Amino acid sequence: MRGIKKDFFGNQVLTDINFTLEAGQVLGLCGENGAGKSTLMKILFGMDVIRETGGYSGDILINGEKAAFNTPFDALAAGIGMVHQEFSLIPGFTATENILLNREPQKKNVISEVFGDRLNTLDYKEMDRRAAAAIEKMGVEIDAKMIISSMPVGHKQFTEIARELSKDQLKLLILDEPTAVLTEKEAEALLDSIRGMAAQGISVIFITHRLHEILAVCDKVVVMRDGHVVRDVPAGQTSVDDITRWMVGRDVQSTAASIETKAEAADAKIIMSIKNLWVDMPGETVRDVSLDVREGEILGIGGLAGQGKLGIPNGVMGLYEAGGTVVFDGREIPLNSPRKCLDSSLAFVSEDRREVGLLLDESLEWNVAFPAMQIQDKFLKKLLGGLIKWRDERAIHQVTQKYVDQLQIKCTSTTQKARELSGGNQQKICLAKAFALEPKFLFVSEPTRGIDVGAKALVLDALRQFNRESGVTVVMISSELEELRQTCDRIAIVSGGRVAGIRPAADSSESFGALMVSQVV
Amino acid sequence: MDKSERLQQTRLSQLVNTFGLPRLIIAGFLLFLFIVAPIAGADLPTQITNVFNRFSWNAVLVLAMVPMVHSGCGLNFGIPLGILAGLLGATLSIEMGFTGALSFVMAILISTPFALLFGGGYGLLLNRIKGGEMMVATYVGFSSVSFMCIMWLMIPYKNPSIVMAYTGVGLRNVFSLENFYANVLSDFLKIDLNPIGINLVIPTGSLLFFALLAFGMWAFLHTKTGTAMTAVGSNPTFAKAAGINVDRIRMLSVILSTWLGAVGILIYQQGFGFVQLYTAPFYMAMPAVAAILIGGASVNKASVGNVIVGTILFQGLVTMTPTVMNALIHIDISEVVRIIVSNGMIVYALTRKTEGGK
Amino acid sequence: MKMKKDLRGQTSNFLQNNLVPIMFIAICIVCYPLAGFSPSYLINEIVTRMGRNIFLILSLLIPIMAGMGLNFGMTLGAMAGQIALIFVTDWQIWGIPGVVLAMLLSIPLSALMGLMCGKLMNMVKGREMILGYMMNYFVGGLYQLVVLYMMGPIIPIKHASIRLPRGYGLRTTVNLTNLRQCLDNQFAIRVQGVKIPVLTFIIIGALCLFILWFRRTKLGQDMRAVGQDMEVARAAGIKVERTRIIAIIMSTVFAGFGQIIYLQNIGNFPTCTAHTQIGMFCIAALLVGGASVEKASIGNVFLGVILFHTMFIMAPRAGAAITGNAMIGEYFRVFVSYGVITLALIMYETKKRRARSQGGALLALAQKEGGVQS
Repeated sequence: MRGIKKDFFGNQVLTDINFTLEAGQVLGLCGENGAGKSTLMKILFGMDVIRETGGYSGDILINGEKAAFNTPFDALAAGIGMVHQEFSLIPGFTATENILLNREPQKKNVISEVFGDRLNTLDYKEMDRRAAAAIEKMGVEIDAKMIISSMPVGHKQFTEIARELSKDQLKLLILDEPTAVLTEKEAEALLDSIRGMAAQGISVIFITHRLHEILAVCDKVVVMRDGHVVRDVPAGQTSVDDITRWMVGRDVQSTAASIETKAEAADAKIIMSIKNLWVDMPGETVRDVSLDVREGEILGIGGLAGQGKLGIPNGVMGLYEAGGTVVFDGREIPLNSPRKCLDSSLAFVSEDRREVGLLLDESLEWNVAFPAMQIQDKFLKKLLGGLIKWRDERAIHQVTQKYVDQLQIKCTSTTQKARELSGGNQQKICLAKAFALEPKFLFVSEPTRGIDVGAKALVLDALRQFNRESGVTVVMISSELEELRQTCDRIAIVSGGRVAGIRPAADSSESFGALMVSQVV
Repeated sequence: MDKSERLQQTRLSQLVNTFGLPRLIIAGFLLFLFIVAPIAGADLPTQITNVFNRFSWNAVLVLAMVPMVHSGCGLNFGIPLGILAGLLGATLSIEMGFTGALSFVMAILISTPFALLFGGGYGLLLNRIKGGEMMVATYVGFSSVSFMCIMWLMIPYKNPSIVMAYTGVGLRNVFSLENFYANVLSDFLKIDLNPIGINLVIPTGSLLFFALLAFGMWAFLHTKTGTAMTAVGSNPTFAKAAGINVDRIRMLSVILSTWLGAVGILIYQQGFGFVQLYTAPFYMAMPAVAAILIGGASVNKASVGNVIVGTILFQGLVTMTPTVMNALIHIDISEVVRIIVSNGMIVYALTRKTEGGK
Repeated sequence: MKMKKDLRGQTSNFLQNNLVPIMFIAICIVCYPLAGFSPSYLINEIVTRMGRNIFLILSLLIPIMAGMGLNFGMTLGAMAGQIALIFVTDWQIWGIPGVVLAMLLSIPLSALMGLMCGKLMNMVKGREMILGYMMNYFVGGLYQLVVLYMMGPIIPIKHASIRLPRGYGLRTTVNLTNLRQCLDNQFAIRVQGVKIPVLTFIIIGALCLFILWFRRTKLGQDMRAVGQDMEVARAAGIKVERTRIIAIIMSTVFAGFGQIIYLQNIGNFPTCTAHTQIGMFCIAALLVGGASVEKASIGNVFLGVILFHTMFIMAPRAGAAITGNAMIGEYFRVFVSYGVITLALIMYETKKRRARSQGGALLALAQKEGGVQS
């Protein structure tokens, strides 16, 4: 790959990516979330998103020839196979049927001669043979006759790999975090089969957060950060520590830590104490987290995607099933009940703006005032001695206008539909909604996800101001470490669903980086 | 000049967007019918009286759609449940020997506990099948109607004016309300212009009663609970995160819908003058659903305004088409037009929701 | 101990999965002595109804395979079949040639309606059933428009036996006297007083074989894939929309054939309403046979027809015997048909939701154990 550049609407996400991969080599690709790994792979695989967002610049050379893939099918034809993080299997089919999905060997018959090839009968013997060959090539035993839905997770992953291997033209296989769902033993088997594939002349790009795996199996390592390739070295000449440092290391200028870290924070009283929390949030599982939050601080929670940092606020606020104990302000808060949390003056700004955070089809006024109205009976006029609680449109308008001004929300009027706002302004509405509750404690989850730089600064400023001026304790969850370091007093890093460590925000990026990958599952 | 033209164009397309193309077509067609009616020799005031009457019979049934649409339960194809509660109220009230206006009040009172009971069970069921409400609702309606068919035969009713004349066992298919509550509402404060030579009769009482219920609904939607209901329908996850008990709100909306269905059928009967039992409630849901959709509601948004506009348009279409068509081409295709328009409207609304949504 | 538990688990699973057929067997057993029909009468009736209905019900299988649920839109095919029969009657083509011609005529009509229905269903993925159901009524209206007003002046209908004297529209009943049972009587044999319509059964057998064969074709495999996971199938390069439309078209065409077979057995049909109940009875029968919204086999069809129609035949007499009122039995069987569909739909929806929450519950358990350990 040579000089790959990609920008999303002016946001440069990939700059000058260059690397080469020889036949039969295994390349380990690592980097933090948002470093550009997935975007790069999407370009390589010709995914639709790339074309829809304006294509890319630079060249991909395969065997010395320039290649341009418009669809994943072009990439497949050129011999590139990809195993995605999410399974792409038909649950009720056997492994064989899945391996050969839409590439089944067929036999002609009288009817298909007349009505076209789709009425060819399937050649089951040939299917069995080819599936067996692909499984053989992979070198891991799986039952080709087994229905996918009754397989253990690892075998599903192997079925996916076998599917790619069954393609005769396969030259390059991309594995996107394939070991994330595997047990230790299965991961071992997978690494073995990667070595086997390489021996047969298939090149592999292996993306993972488990750095020791890279060292175990790869010929060379490419480390990416902020859309750049920062290192491209043979695997033999490096170590886990090196890679970690390269992954999170930042230029000196940008490591300016939190502007005004509170010095007295250490002896402040503990306002929330989380003990042995587990949360069943798909993709963000939390296991046995214990965490103390001090009054008046901004606590950051960071970590790689899928490690459980998002599960913590969602679990505490009762949006996903959770267990453990949470004590707030001296009282225990029952889990799995959003109402009880809100009643005890907790508030939550969800990372999922469109699904959880907003009423997209209702006015901004409704969005801002709704929780406060329902929980605290604000913005209501009591008629007939409180028997009827009538919506007070004037009060609602006033409070919305106040936050629109304060947070500089760009909208035509406060009765505009939330759907019509841009991402950044929608996020501000979510904040306004939480502010309107006047909580004592605020969870903010991924407040800057998917919004532009200007809006980002405003949102972070608003949070800081809210914290410093109203004395509200804020717990902010974000995937962007730098953002946390600029905003928070202390940062907890979640890895493998557990708290790997809590450090003051002024600590070096490297130390946080090490925590991030410490317990990755 | 060019600019103003373009402005007009965008305005037109905006109008089409906000008002909905099918609604414009139906409204236009109805207008056309009103214009053509006198030319074709039909008496306009009579026609308007008809539309008023049909409106007053049906509007409450259409109103019964609103709560469930608001809470996101979709179109209430299960309205027959409410109708059954209403029928139980009507027959029991007569069985107990009430007559005149009192029988109407008693019918409402008696049907209320049934509506609460049916609605409660129905709501419980719908809360277990979120996302698939409409199909299940349709068949819940059908099976309960056919179950009640058996019940109409089995419940030992005695009152000779409602049981089968021949055997004395089981209720009649249809019985008249003449001695009971026929027209008790519509005769109240009735404005009859016949004495001054215009064939216009306005059933003020019925309209007032509807206005009362509609105002109640409008007011309810402005209270705290009503607001919560709208939010639940708009985005259940948001509502849950805001501490709303989504299941309870949905249950409330279903009970409300069912009760309104019960009252709606009683009002229909008092206008129509007859009680229809057995398989009659089977197809009561479709016209009501079609009417509210024509009024501009969608599968998850509806207002009282939609109810009024929709009922006028739909009932106008139903009453005007036969007379005008008959007068013009001497062919009565009104029934077919009604079927095509109402069901076409429902199909249209169903296909639109996912397009406009995410 | 564990085996015992397993066994119990299996039995309760079996009971749960076959609740509806078992219920029906029980109803039939209870009704049988009450109704007091002679066995030969009963068997004769059931065989007749099997010949009449099975083809129609088989047409439901393909959309289920393609994950589109119960095809309530099969009624569209039935209407196409009726229109074809009307033409054949008008042209006075009788006997087996008439039936064959009607089937051929119905194909383009059914295919067109299937195409329309399929396109709309692709717009409302996940809610195909309610759409198909509403399409019934909508297209039913169009059908009435054609049959009652356009036939005569616009679409030439000559023969006085079906056209109304006023010049447009058809009589309320279309008489198929000369087509009546022409398939059934061909090669019919009698075994102990039970008439077996051999040719009809051969046709049904051929369709069964076709469906079995079809499952093994590329298209059949694609449909199964699409039915289970549209996104995965799409990623593998299968044309999802097209495959779904083909499934609906096939179902509609078969339903058209089925309706022709059904009506040739009966011998006449009410012009405007013959199709209205077809969808419901076919779907109810299929569900009674133990099928569900996402899974149905040919075995379900046969078992369903036998059980459903046994109940259907006996219910009025049994009802009369219990309560002294024949109407109660009549209503009872309607109630049961609707009830079965309702039950199946509810079970389908709750299962869909349970499948989702179960995954979460398992995870929670694993974490709990993990949490205790660490």
